[in-house]
Amino acid sequence: MMPFQPVVLATDALIYLLVLLAGSLAWYTRRHAHLRAPWRRVARSRTAMGSLVVIALYVLIGLLDTLHYRPASGEDGNGQARYASEVMSVLDLIATPLREHSEKTYSAPFATHLYARETIELPGGGQVRDFPRLKWGGAHLADPDADRGADLLIRVLGGVVLGGTAWLLSLAVALRRRGHRWRRWWRDPAIGPLRSAAWAGLAVLVLLGLTLTLAGAYHVLGTDKVGEDVFYQSLKSIRTGLVIGTLTTLVMLPAAILLGIMAGYFRGWVDDVIQYLYTTLSSVPGVLLIAAAVLIMQIYMSNHQDEFNSLTERADLRLLFLCVILGVTSWTSLCRLLRGETLKLRQLEYVQAAQAFGVGHFTTLMRHILPNVMHIVLIVVVLDFSGLVLAEAVLSYINIGVDPNTNSWGNMINSARLELAREPVVWWSLLAAFVFMFVLVLAANLFADVVRDAFDPRLRERT
Amino acid sequence: MNQTRPQTGHDLVLDVRDLCTHLGSRNRPVRAVDGVDLRLHHGETFVLVGESGCGKSMIALSTMRLLPPSGRVVDGEVVLNGRSLLDLPEVEMRRERGGRIGMIFQEPMTSLNPVMTAGRQVAEAVRLHDPQHAADPRARVVELFRQVGIPDPARRVDEYPHQLSGGMKQRVMIAMALAGRPDVLIADEPTTALDVTIQAQVLQLLRDLQRETGMAILLITHDLGVVAEMADRVGVMYAGQMVEVGAVDDFFRQPRHPYSRKLFRSLPDASKRNQGLDIIKGMVPPLDREFTLCRFRDRCEAARELCGGGPPPWQGETEDGYRCHLGVDDIHLEQAVLPVTRDPVENGGRPLMQATGLKVHFPIRKGVLRRTVGHVKAVDGLDMALHAGRTLALVGESGCGKTTVGKALLQLLRPTGGSVDFDGTELTQLKGEPLRRLRRSFQIIFQDPASSMNPRMLVGDIVAEGMRAQGIGGDRNAQRARVAELLGQVGLPADAVQRYPHEFSGGQRQRIAIARALAVDPRLIVCDEPTSALDVSVQAQVLNLLKELQAALDLSYLFITHNIAVVAYLADEVAVMYLGRIVEQGPVGRILNAPAHPYTEALLASVPVPDPARHREVLRLEGDMPSPANPPAGCHFHERCPKAEPRCREAYPPTVALDETHRVACWLHQE
Amino acid sequence: MMAYIVRRTLYAIPILIGVNLLTFLLFFVVNSPDDMARMHLGAKRVTDEAIQQWKHERGYDKPLVWNSAARGAGVVTDTIFFDKSLRLFAFDFGQSDSGRNIGHDITQRMWPSLAIAIPVLLVGLLVNISFSLLLAFFRGTYLDLWGVVLCVAMMSISGLFYIIGGQVLLGKLLNLFPISGYDVGANAWKFLVLPVIIGVVSAIGAGSRWYRTLFLEEINKDFVRSARAKGLSEQRVLFGHVLRNALIPILTGVVVVLPSLFMGSLLLESFFGVPGLGSYTIDAINRQDFAIVRAMVFLGAALYILGLLLTDISYTIADPRVRLE
Repeated sequence: MMPFQPVVLATDALIYLLVLLAGSLAWYTRRHAHLRAPWRRVARSRTAMGSLVVIALYVLIGLLDTLHYRPASGEDGNGQARYASEVMSVLDLIATPLREHSEKTYSAPFATHLYARETIELPGGGQVRDFPRLKWGGAHLADPDADRGADLLIRVLGGVVLGGTAWLLSLAVALRRRGHRWRRWWRDPAIGPLRSAAWAGLAVLVLLGLTLTLAGAYHVLGTDKVGEDVFYQSLKSIRTGLVIGTLTTLVMLPAAILLGIMAGYFRGWVDDVIQYLYTTLSSVPGVLLIAAAVLIMQIYMSNHQDEFNSLTERADLRLLFLCVILGVTSWTSLCRLLRGETLKLRQLEYVQAAQAFGVGHFTTLMRHILPNVMHIVLIVVVLDFSGLVLAEAVLSYINIGVDPNTNSWGNMINSARLELAREPVVWWSLLAAFVFMFVLVLAANLFADVVRDAFDPRLRERT
Repeated sequence: MNQTRPQTGHDLVLDVRDLCTHLGSRNRPVRAVDGVDLRLHHGETFVLVGESGCGKSMIALSTMRLLPPSGRVVDGEVVLNGRSLLDLPEVEMRRERGGRIGMIFQEPMTSLNPVMTAGRQVAEAVRLHDPQHAADPRARVVELFRQVGIPDPARRVDEYPHQLSGGMKQRVMIAMALAGRPDVLIADEPTTALDVTIQAQVLQLLRDLQRETGMAILLITHDLGVVAEMADRVGVMYAGQMVEVGAVDDFFRQPRHPYSRKLFRSLPDASKRNQGLDIIKGMVPPLDREFTLCRFRDRCEAARELCGGGPPPWQGETEDGYRCHLGVDDIHLEQAVLPVTRDPVENGGRPLMQATGLKVHFPIRKGVLRRTVGHVKAVDGLDMALHAGRTLALVGESGCGKTTVGKALLQLLRPTGGSVDFDGTELTQLKGEPLRRLRRSFQIIFQDPASSMNPRMLVGDIVAEGMRAQGIGGDRNAQRARVAELLGQVGLPADAVQRYPHEFSGGQRQRIAIARALAVDPRLIVCDEPTSALDVSVQAQVLNLLKELQAALDLSYLFITHNIAVVAYLADEVAVMYLGRIVEQGPVGRILNAPAHPYTEALLASVPVPDPARHREVLRLEGDMPSPANPPAGCHFHERCPKAEPRCREAYPPTVALDETHRVACWLHQE
Repeated sequence: MMAYIVRRTLYAIPILIGVNLLTFLLFFVVNSPDDMARMHLGAKRVTDEAIQQWKHERGYDKPLVWNSAARGAGVVTDTIFFDKSLRLFAFDFGQSDSGRNIGHDITQRMWPSLAIAIPVLLVGLLVNISFSLLLAFFRGTYLDLWGVVLCVAMMSISGLFYIIGGQVLLGKLLNLFPISGYDVGANAWKFLVLPVIIGVVSAIGAGSRWYRTLFLEEINKDFVRSARAKGLSEQRVLFGHVLRNALIPILTGVVVVLPSLFMGSLLLESFFGVPGLGSYTIDAINRQDFAIVRAMVFLGAALYILGLLLTDISYTIADPRVRLE
């Protein structure tokens, strides 16, 4: 019997598809010099390599959170495994302590006591109003007030040493394999980008080390209203952000590319119809279209409760639907861009030469037009990513985003902002969401800049 | 202001000494200008000539201190009237720039600010450099406009650049440069983007202005004809260096440097019709390295052991000398090889392709319902015939519709009217599969080798594309063998198959384009300005190839061009086009030597000839070609025609045959 | 020009019909008029008569888009879609599901929206242009580099944090402005300052970076070289030649959003409790009031199309090369 039963949610399947696509594209690119060249330019940028490491960390966490399964919960009479109804992910498994260490309600980062006074029953009878000890946070300390500082210091140092050692070891292995000398590694301008990547790697590894030493013993980012660990929530939100940022584009790409190049290539009535289509769609204010669609979906879901097996599945479908509807509102700009570019390309002489040979329309589109607009598609995909991650937060804030049960930065902000009026302020949920989002979006923006510069032929001619 | 032209030789205005300009990264700079000396005297015209990338523009930009951000002057001096320009603070330099030294650029289309009136742009210069008129520059601007020959100047000052033609824009640029009454005018390829008739006007204007003001002109060009016409002295540049300097007459009588000599020999003209053109082997070396030997050595036929000993010395004076190890009499170049043996094909029998009354009209739509209110008549009733194995040159200025004709004949653009007969088949009615099948018989080669090939395809696939589309050439192996054969035929290495177009130079890419067209065994090739984007020495290679292929494969060419020298070298027959119609057609000898139509006459007279002794009679055409959307009534040419009569205004002249082969559409030849 | 405007206005009609049909279908695909009636009548057990009655009163007792029982033009006109859409084209938005007059609400609420949106637009334009000109002037220096980094960092922050941060910092800690609320008349300004500041600041990153790109694109053009060759100073080149040309895309980019300013800002208004159209929309979304959402979709689309038309016209004014034919 299997100790678990794999589960593939709808978004999981699409993510696997995306990974597959990215993998085969990478394989194809490796074999073609002219496709490899712009990526070489990207690899020569220190900013790009540094941010790539950060993005890779997010992607890793997101992928871990995508491998879903149901744990076995026992056996039925026939020796067949019975599986829990709750869907878990590998990330949940790794972060089991974080997931299970829930407190009663709010507590500040690294706190050992709750954030609110409660009436505590004294062992000898009688009651007192005080901040009760946390069940998990700093529970190992005998006298929190006296010991906490020293304990934190030791753990921080331990984390740094752990991360630093791991970094040095992996660097040593990498240098040995590439045959570099240490001294050269510090100075050589030719490997500057690699060095930036290594520095970013150091930051990542130290953070990982700190997580290992601290997160088990404390709530490093505090707990929320129902006592859930905020750090755990932030980690779980990564997958949501990445899904919105990538699947939305994946969903809209086929339509945008097909319609865009068809409109530009065939012109005439095909162009008129496609132009009408995207002018109509883009004239609807995006937020309102999303609102209308999400509203309708909510009504549909509440009318058809029984069609969903579990809450997780329902929340997942809602996430997918959000991607689709965001895609519907965002394909028009890419379509317009591609139409314009195709109009230019079809005038080019190599397209006319193909025409002079009697090459068919389909072949011309696939061989001459599509490969020559792909750089625009790539630039738009990369540039859109960060905008979509930011959009998720805003949409969730006005309740037309992801399901309230899904972990997302938007939901974290949404529930935390009501506590801003409290005295003293509960700030850590906001800070956590801010830092996690900011780092991802900043890295993505910096990376997107480099990609655009590397792929845009207009920019290249200028330098 | 009415100075007579002073003697050259004494009053030095601009002195450039040992100029070195680098571009790009500091680790591996491109040495665009590498130790150039240049002297310019009052009232003289010094012409810098050289092929693209030789650094001639960079000398101009270094002098003006207008280098692009990646460029810098690393060594040398530029002295203008005793002031060292490179040492001036920027504030001082601004006073010189546009004041005592003015500059005009190659692209008049993009060199003017599109949202500012022409007059205001000139007024800016007047305000800066002409204190007398700074307060109210308008009168001075109008005067400048008049000086550069802009008709109706008082109205033109308020027009925006897009309302002016290319020639007018270049005149505005000149007016702008003249505003500061400069001592030196730098003109960087000022007429390259213009048609020959307009070029003749602008060059004439520059000469007149020089006579009036006595300014010195530093003219940059790649056209030896322009050199002969304009220069007092010439400097030839090669790979960032000056290789020869001398007085224009001496230079044309006896060029000294091997490179200069080869340039002359690679020029096409009528006298070389029965032979191949001389070519310069190899390519210009990349400039991102230091040279220890002569830069031309690898391409030089006269090179000897002596040339392997260090950089070549400058022989003679700064103002009259050349850079070579060898003495003038020691330089021996072989005579042009490859005589092309081609039996003259008789102009008899049925033409291979014949167009009758061909029309291509583009509708102009206006109003709420987008009704068609008029047509741009790009091609308007054109008759012509092309015989097997012969070359018909279609000649005309830009915008006359010659490219449209080429595309309409091949049905890449569907004609609005008329018929195109290809070897007995009517093409205009043909559609779908039959037309697709027939396409292998007629192919096209384009002007721009950069955009005529899909940058994402391998050269092998590019050449094979036609065979695959037409389903010919057998299986994959047979096709591969054929591609290799074709590449060999056009003189490219076999390993080109596995490379991408951008790895090849312009001339090589044009040869790939020729191989691609040949792959389907066509009988007719439309060559749409195939050598216009190429340098002279590269042009020679492509022309040779075309000529050889014609002899070997009995091809017919429709050669679309504006370059008369190429026509004289290559064509059997010539058709001259003006505003959508053919005005004159006949054998090449007749058309070039005894043109019947006034437009042909003017066109030929406008072409600068690379021979300073033959100062041409100037038959100047006034004005620009009218818009094909709104052609003048009567003969389309009458507004610009020096011989126009009243009846020319009334009706378009019918075509008359002067003899069996020579036809012309002009009232002067009506009985 | 006139013909062009007329043609574009006519072209707007099929687009608006399309927009309307889209929202209409989206809604009724999952939600039949019967469902609507049940939801609004509220009770668990509703009689069929009550449903019919509700539908009849509100005109939902006809077929949706195609009346096969009717004759002639009635096939199309005697339907819910035609009834409900035709009114929209006369800008009669009818009643919300909670029974309020939507048209009246809109005229009431657009003023607070404008009071925020217009200052945000104008001040933002001024700030962004000045900042990006500064960066363009010092292009290639460290000032430019760090300016761009700052822009990228600023645009990587969610708008929500600008609002929350502004409220906490300027409102709560420094106590300079009221955190939220609105007042009519002369007192309104103190409620407006904070949202306007936040609206401007949150757009600096993306705006300045975009404008800087436009400036740099112009700076590399041939005519700028000609201007330098005249001997103009760098400032004159920048202001006289570069700015004028770069302003064309900037201004037309502004014109396209001008009409949409009426729609207000969803976030700013709801955070600051400003009774504008933005918060109106959010409230409607949260209350699931479809009539209002549909009206706002229609209004938004109409204003967007108006914006496109105004953009084209402003092009002809700003750029002498463009003529509308």
